[in-house]
Amino acid sequence: MQYLSDGLGEAMGYLLRMEPSVISAAFRSLWISSLAVLFATLCGVPLGSWLARASIPGRWLLVFALRVAMAFPTVFLGLVCFAIFSRRGPLGALELLYTPWVIVIGEFVLAVPIIASLTHGAVFSLDSRVHETAVTLGAGPIRRWFTYISEARTGITLAVLTAFARCITELGIAMMVGGNIQGRTRTLATATAMETDKGAFAQGLAMGFIMLTIALLVTAIIGWLNHENEV
Amino acid sequence: MTTRITLFSITLALSLISGCGSHRAGGATAIDQPRNSVLRMAVTTSTRDSGLLDALVPVFEKEAGVRVDIIASGTGKALKLGESGDVDLVLVHARQAEDEFMSAGHGIRREDVMFNTFEIVGPPNDPAAIRDMQPVAALQKIAKAGQVFFSRGDESGTHQRELQLWSSGGGRPYWQDYIENGQGMGATLTMADQLQAYTLTDHGTYLAMRDMIDLIPLITSAKKLENPYGIIVVAPGKHESINDSDAQDFVDFIISPKAQRLIRDFKVDGESLFYPLHLEPEN
Repeated sequence: MQYLSDGLGEAMGYLLRMEPSVISAAFRSLWISSLAVLFATLCGVPLGSWLARASIPGRWLLVFALRVAMAFPTVFLGLVCFAIFSRRGPLGALELLYTPWVIVIGEFVLAVPIIASLTHGAVFSLDSRVHETAVTLGAGPIRRWFTYISEARTGITLAVLTAFARCITELGIAMMVGGNIQGRTRTLATATAMETDKGAFAQGLAMGFIMLTIALLVTAIIGWLNHENEV
Repeated sequence: MTTRITLFSITLALSLISGCGSHRAGGATAIDQPRNSVLRMAVTTSTRDSGLLDALVPVFEKEAGVRVDIIASGTGKALKLGESGDVDLVLVHARQAEDEFMSAGHGIRREDVMFNTFEIVGPPNDPAAIRDMQPVAALQKIAKAGQVFFSRGDESGTHQRELQLWSSGGGRPYWQDYIENGQGMGATLTMADQLQAYTLTDHGTYLAMRDMIDLIPLITSAKKLENPYGIIVVAPGKHESINDSDAQDFVDFIISPKAQRLIRDFKVDGESLFYPLHLEPEN
């Protein structure tokens, strides 16, 4: 209990003092995962809703594969990114290893299956009358698609939030290809792991509390944007 | 080429996975174990990764009939686990921190065990031209040349030694490519290799990694690069669960001639890694 209260106190202190190293890690975590989730949303929502409504053979196989991919271990994704972007890897010449951009790429791959699968679920389970009504009112394919997204928005919001939660807390990719470099690629998750290894448990807990604070803010903002006041 | 990357990846994955494992082991306390049958020892990753403990611990376990659970982490965390009473023994290499630990009353007995050596490694073309220099001057030269240098930055024994080398040279100049990654030695060597940078490493971890990286040892033998290991019995007074009698036996064992000879004869790829401190020279 001592550690927990120390950790909470430490977190408050960091936030009140605007401790530069902690604030910079927090902002880095935030922009890296936001960017990854933004791109993943732009790919995952169309993919998921298309899979829910399109009638193509073998569709179930893609849906199944995306669901399995939701379980990607982040250390595994980190290793794959490392093998690709390493000095001796196929894309080593881009010199992206140990930059924030390679973390964005890894987290994008982490987020797409989550968003696509959960969007698929949300759109698939829409009442069939949504489709019938749209058709009756003479909506074209694009209008119909917007209707599905709009009707399934609670589920899609949850998909985006789930992906964001997975990205901002993930450790495997950020540690392996980001490298936890002070002032460049250190995120809240890698800082937590590092403080724990140093034996600075209170500081480690403080980083965790700050991550939860960010999750709280992001959830509140997205809920507000979605006008979910009635929920 | 591909196999090298695969090997890299596997090593990295293993070090990450084992790192995670030790977090869990660190937090848990032995439940429902009959008292005194298990000895919990926190060690630095360098001793575990070298394989030395695999040569020593089973011998003790057989002799004493005690199971030894090893929790590997950095020196800082190892001492912290001792302080909170989550382990019975601590085997680390950071003399100053060990002395502070003792004077704070967290330990009841401390013995020197052995030493190994640090070395400065770097890219084979040695752009800062430091080969065979004295370590203190070499670091200053790397800084002046603005070359990439990796610092563990994790308060480990290796990091503390690096800081001492900087302060002996009048402090560390600020430069852009001094990189603190806050990770273990294996991961740091991999990162330094990727960026063809310099770093300070213990000899054992370098040996374990050398087939997978291009970096080579540039400065190896200097008094300032010796790295003594100490073992500490955690004070039983504050925590009921401390198994201090078995811990005392283990310390007696590790400084006994039998164990000290095992340490002397322990080799990786035909090279000695650790030098015992309790063995009279035998002719």
